[in-house]
Amino acid sequence: MRRIPWTVVVFIAGLAVPLLGSRFYTFVASDIVIVSLFAMSLNLLLGYTGLVSFGHAAYFGIGAYTCALLMKSANAPFLPSLLGAGLMAGAFALLFGFFCVRLTRIYFAMLTLAFAQIVWAICFKWNDVTGGEQGLPNVPYPDMAWMGALPILGQFRVGDHFYLSALSIVALCFAALRRIVDSPFGRVLTVIRDNPERAQFIGVNVRAYQLAAFVLAGFFAGISGGLFGIFNRGVFPDFAFWTKSAEPLIMTILGGMGSFWGPAVGAAAFIVLNQQITSFTEYWPLTMGTVLIVLLFVFPGGIAGTLMSLVARLRLRTKAEIPSADAPELVKPNA
Amino acid sequence: MFEFSFLFGQFLGGLTAAMFLFLIASGLSLIFGVLRVLNFAHGSFYMIGAYLAWQFVRSIAPTPEGFWVAALAAALAIAVLGGVLERALLRHLYSREELYQLLFTYALVLILGDMAKLAWGTQQLSVSRPPSLAGSSEVFGVTIPHYNMFIIVLGPLIAIGFWYILQRTALGRIVRAAALDRETLGALGANVGWVYTGMFMLGSFLAGLGGALVTPIKSIVPGMDVEIIVEAFIVVVIGGLGSFWGTFLGALIYGQVLSFGILIFPRFSIFAVSVLMAAILIVRPWGLLGHPLK
Repeated sequence: MRRIPWTVVVFIAGLAVPLLGSRFYTFVASDIVIVSLFAMSLNLLLGYTGLVSFGHAAYFGIGAYTCALLMKSANAPFLPSLLGAGLMAGAFALLFGFFCVRLTRIYFAMLTLAFAQIVWAICFKWNDVTGGEQGLPNVPYPDMAWMGALPILGQFRVGDHFYLSALSIVALCFAALRRIVDSPFGRVLTVIRDNPERAQFIGVNVRAYQLAAFVLAGFFAGISGGLFGIFNRGVFPDFAFWTKSAEPLIMTILGGMGSFWGPAVGAAAFIVLNQQITSFTEYWPLTMGTVLIVLLFVFPGGIAGTLMSLVARLRLRTKAEIPSADAPELVKPNA
Repeated sequence: MFEFSFLFGQFLGGLTAAMFLFLIASGLSLIFGVLRVLNFAHGSFYMIGAYLAWQFVRSIAPTPEGFWVAALAAALAIAVLGGVLERALLRHLYSREELYQLLFTYALVLILGDMAKLAWGTQQLSVSRPPSLAGSSEVFGVTIPHYNMFIIVLGPLIAIGFWYILQRTALGRIVRAAALDRETLGALGANVGWVYTGMFMLGSFLAGLGGALVTPIKSIVPGMDVEIIVEAFIVVVIGGLGSFWGTFLGALIYGQVLSFGILIFPRFSIFAVSVLMAAILIVRPWGLLGHPLK
């Protein structure tokens, strides 16, 4: 039996969202697409390299401000601005990461949080450039008139056009992330995650690999931030506040950090949940906190992990043979 | 360039802020030192302590000096809350990765923040100073409220009290042993589980006390939980997580850098503190007076 190419199916389904003709669906889908890149970028550190960063919002925020400033103040075109956002975030990740990877475990988490607070303080206080507490409102939508000239796309709104570009960019980023984790480089990262000492013994420069992962994660978080700033029509210091860093962590736990797509699934669940809950109560944090505690205690593998172990169990039951080789590896909540 | 009395006033302002931070950060540091858990919910305990103090002043202790009763009751209530959370939930996460503990305490931040909103709304609340300390005195040409003086004295008293208990009593020896080697201590017959619970309660008590005592100086607002936790976090990181005197030193440095930083770079004093923290983490990740983790 051939495997169904789920990623392609989901991508095509994503492309079809504007056909539903609902402003709301496009809005939610854009949110999911952009934020899932943020969560997936963090999982390069969390799930693949075994580094708990509690300051990932710094790179999201740097990307958002860079892209917004380039587009709004310098009138730069969209794609170069977005690339600039990624590169700027990556550069800061290189600078901060250089110090962070020298620490381990909880100290690593603390230093990433400390650097994120510095970024937040700058965004919050540097009125002349970042707009301070008020942020940068009215970030322009990129000029996508060419899309309007195309046959089917012409009927869509500008929000749909932006959604389609964001979806394509994020899909490219996911493909790149997939290549990265499947490459020999990605394999070394998982070795470092599972046993840093042994990685060192076999001659791996652990810090250099961790730093490279940190920079890549920062780059993709920057792209995500850049897109989010445009989607949100404004960039605010909250983007880099420490509570924002908790969001991709929650999404990753929600989806399951043991699998490649887990964080994206978690991001989708997080945003849909947010939409549903905020429509009838303002106490979204209370709900999210409760969900999080249930997850931590009852489903530590997240949605993806729980589903996969369910599938693995069903397969075991239907055939008494050995299940397919990759299933148990994906189920493992990477202790 | 500045007059002496002005600088002295600035210094005292920094000192008052430092002593509050010390109260809160010492609890955070104690919990990290023994349990190895970075408790984000510590700021929430502080905020709920403040709200409870306001509530108790109005309900159970509406006499002029009732503030003291209310503050103590609020701090005790927070200690009980901490104890219940530790026994019922946190305890089961000690063997898991740090990420689970961090996210658990973060979940508490979300839940407690909303519960406070449900219970007390989003309006600013304030408590008046107790009449016994409502006055103020002039020292070197600076007017200092008596309440601030009380805080400046209380901080070192608590620090010395803790130092004495931790270094000079049998109980303190058990606590220090729990911080160093949990298993050996258990094998020697100490009930490590309850030592952990006790420490978590004590740390929570300090957060609640800090929140209750801050009410006559600062108004109580939603969001004070996530702000204070970052400040307390910076203080313990500067001084050294788990080091008691380190936290004291960290609080003093933080208070003064913030207080004088405003004079030198008006806009960037928060920034100055964060940079100081990052610099210390780079050079001495375990803080000024802390020790590297084994």
